[in-house]
Amino acid sequence: MATKSGRVISAEKPFRWKQALLKWEVFLVIIFIAVNIMNACISPYYMSVNGLFTATSSFLEKSFIVLPMAYVLLLGEIDISVGATVALSACMLGISFNAGMPMGAAVLICLLTGSLCGALNGLILTKFQELAPMIVTLGTQILFRGIAEILLTDQATGGFTKVAWFKNLYWGKVGPVPIMFLIFAVCAAVFGVIMHCTTFGRRMYAIGSNPLAAKYSGIHVQKIRFIIYTITGTFSAVTAIFLASGMGSARSNIASGYELEAISMAVLGGILTDGGKGNFPGAILAIFILGFLRYGLGLVNVASQLMMVIIGLLLIVVVMVPNLNLGRIFKKKETKA
Amino acid sequence: MKKKLLSAILCAAMLASVLAGCGGNGGSGSSTGGDANAPAADEGEANAGDDASSPSDAGDDAEASSDGKESSGGDASYAILVKSAGNPYNKKMIEGFQEVMDAQGATCVVKEPEEASAEAQIKMINELVAQGISSIAIAGNDADALQPALEEAMNQGIKVCCMDSAVNADSRQLFVNQAGIEIIGETLMEAVYDITGGEGQWAILSATSQATNQNAWIDAMKQVMEDEKYAGLELVEVAYGDDEYQKSVDQTQALLTNYPDLKVICAPTTVGIMAAAKVLQDESSSVKLTGLGLPSEMADYIGADDTHSCPYMYLWNPIDIGRLTAYVSLALVDGSITGASGETFTAGDLGEYTISEAADGGTEVVLGPPFAFTPDNIEEWKNVY
Repeated sequence: MATKSGRVISAEKPFRWKQALLKWEVFLVIIFIAVNIMNACISPYYMSVNGLFTATSSFLEKSFIVLPMAYVLLLGEIDISVGATVALSACMLGISFNAGMPMGAAVLICLLTGSLCGALNGLILTKFQELAPMIVTLGTQILFRGIAEILLTDQATGGFTKVAWFKNLYWGKVGPVPIMFLIFAVCAAVFGVIMHCTTFGRRMYAIGSNPLAAKYSGIHVQKIRFIIYTITGTFSAVTAIFLASGMGSARSNIASGYELEAISMAVLGGILTDGGKGNFPGAILAIFILGFLRYGLGLVNVASQLMMVIIGLLLIVVVMVPNLNLGRIFKKKETKA
Repeated sequence: MKKKLLSAILCAAMLASVLAGCGGNGGSGSSTGGDANAPAADEGEANAGDDASSPSDAGDDAEASSDGKESSGGDASYAILVKSAGNPYNKKMIEGFQEVMDAQGATCVVKEPEEASAEAQIKMINELVAQGISSIAIAGNDADALQPALEEAMNQGIKVCCMDSAVNADSRQLFVNQAGIEIIGETLMEAVYDITGGEGQWAILSATSQATNQNAWIDAMKQVMEDEKYAGLELVEVAYGDDEYQKSVDQTQALLTNYPDLKVICAPTTVGIMAAAKVLQDESSSVKLTGLGLPSEMADYIGADDTHSCPYMYLWNPIDIGRLTAYVSLALVDGSITGASGETFTAGDLGEYTISEAADGGTEVVLGPPFAFTPDNIEEWKNVY
């Protein structure tokens, strides 16, 4: 590849073993395996197909937010209104269902509510581009939560368990595989393909790396931002549907803190908050690392305070590692040797 | 180049083995990892040392696993799942539950969610089901939202009861009620009657205006008050301090200003009664106080003379709730009760209990009348809870 002068002129990066091994995803795979080995060692109940699939139920419902959140972070932006969007969508689902609508229609209203919430974020952020996404979505977060509280005050809206198919969204299984897992797998595959194999995906990377350059190369930056914020809202509503299915009811105070969990999973997955960097499989791996770690520690009944400490440390350590610049450390050792 | 590669792999292997090895009984995994890489161990170890992450991680995980070992294994195991971690009242219930379980030689699993939410409790219920637990005793954060998860658990043959804060009738086999609503209403009304001397103005300082238990007790008191005996008493206001200390202080001061003839404030909430006690005592007010409060928080304010604002107050004993819940769990698992109305069982030194119909359509056992804390016994109780 390299010419005699030592310059590399090629769009394709040369494949190097070292780089491949130092890739973030490889690191995550190792952590994933380590977490599983550790869990299997500390709990005799951990390694069972049924148990592991059931375990996914406890974190997959909020993982639907991670999919679009990866896109948002890839753009170098952030959306912290997702938790409130979940709550508002779930409340709308409950209200329309208890107003006598069939469950199917209620689910559509829920999705519509989420999409509208996301579209509102997108609209504000594309019409007033000088505003910071953090501030705008902080505002809409309070707004959405407020509307949910007005709608339901402190009451719950429930009775969803009467509709069998709706309950099965969360609790149902095909063989040992939860239905939610199958739906998540399909969604994740679609999101991954869009991010890595389509022009839309390449454009997101371009915007994340340099929005101005992207704009001058003819990419409709604002259109793409609007679409992504709307999708984020839609998938918050998907989370709301599964959460409502899992609890059989909805309240205005559900899903608090989900935005931070989604962001931390995406960041652990190697999607930088600066934008333009990260791979989708990393985000999926991170979901399962955090989920299984929590499940494993939960199985041996680790106190939840200690669990928070462990997960907090893991996050810090994992995010610190790439900044330690492993390559340089290796080089030093080599010159010494 | 080769060396770099090797050290990268080694680094990864070290991290993996450290994580895996700290599983206690996973010790073999750790040692094989070390041996296999022995030739280049020096470099690998140096690298692992540079990466400050692995040791700290290892320490935490090791702690985690030792915690876990205590509670795994055994034939029947009994879980208690409270509202949230760091709640002293919940801690006392756990204490009572554990005490009985330890005495019976039974395995006891304690679960405290990091936040008081139904989502966190569902996750923990699923974990308990996966462990093959025998029974779950839960203080619900939401009456309805736990229904699917608890129904799922009961379908797996797990016995489910709740204590302190009930989940709905379909999600449980039995509710361990700290005290019947009527009996709390009667007891508090009797106290107000006694302290006022049978006539005069009195007020209630409650928590939030929507709190289910508060409103039930207040309604019960109002019902009792319809009796001829209480004709001389005038309830002037129900104030809401929202279970916030400062707001309760403000509400108490407002009551004192608005009703100069006020004789008694009754606060059936632990936060409210403490705030009111402080205000009354600081202002040397002649208004007296009673209600439901924690002895440890109220010890300074309980006394028979005029320098103390509260002659006596009530509360149930959270340790006894935990104990009774433990006996209920044991009885449900060994099959001596099924949670049907009319069944009886013996709860150790707490005595004999009969299961009765609950107001929500389910069944319950009632712990007993609230316990009175007087100037005579407060010294002994203030260190308990």
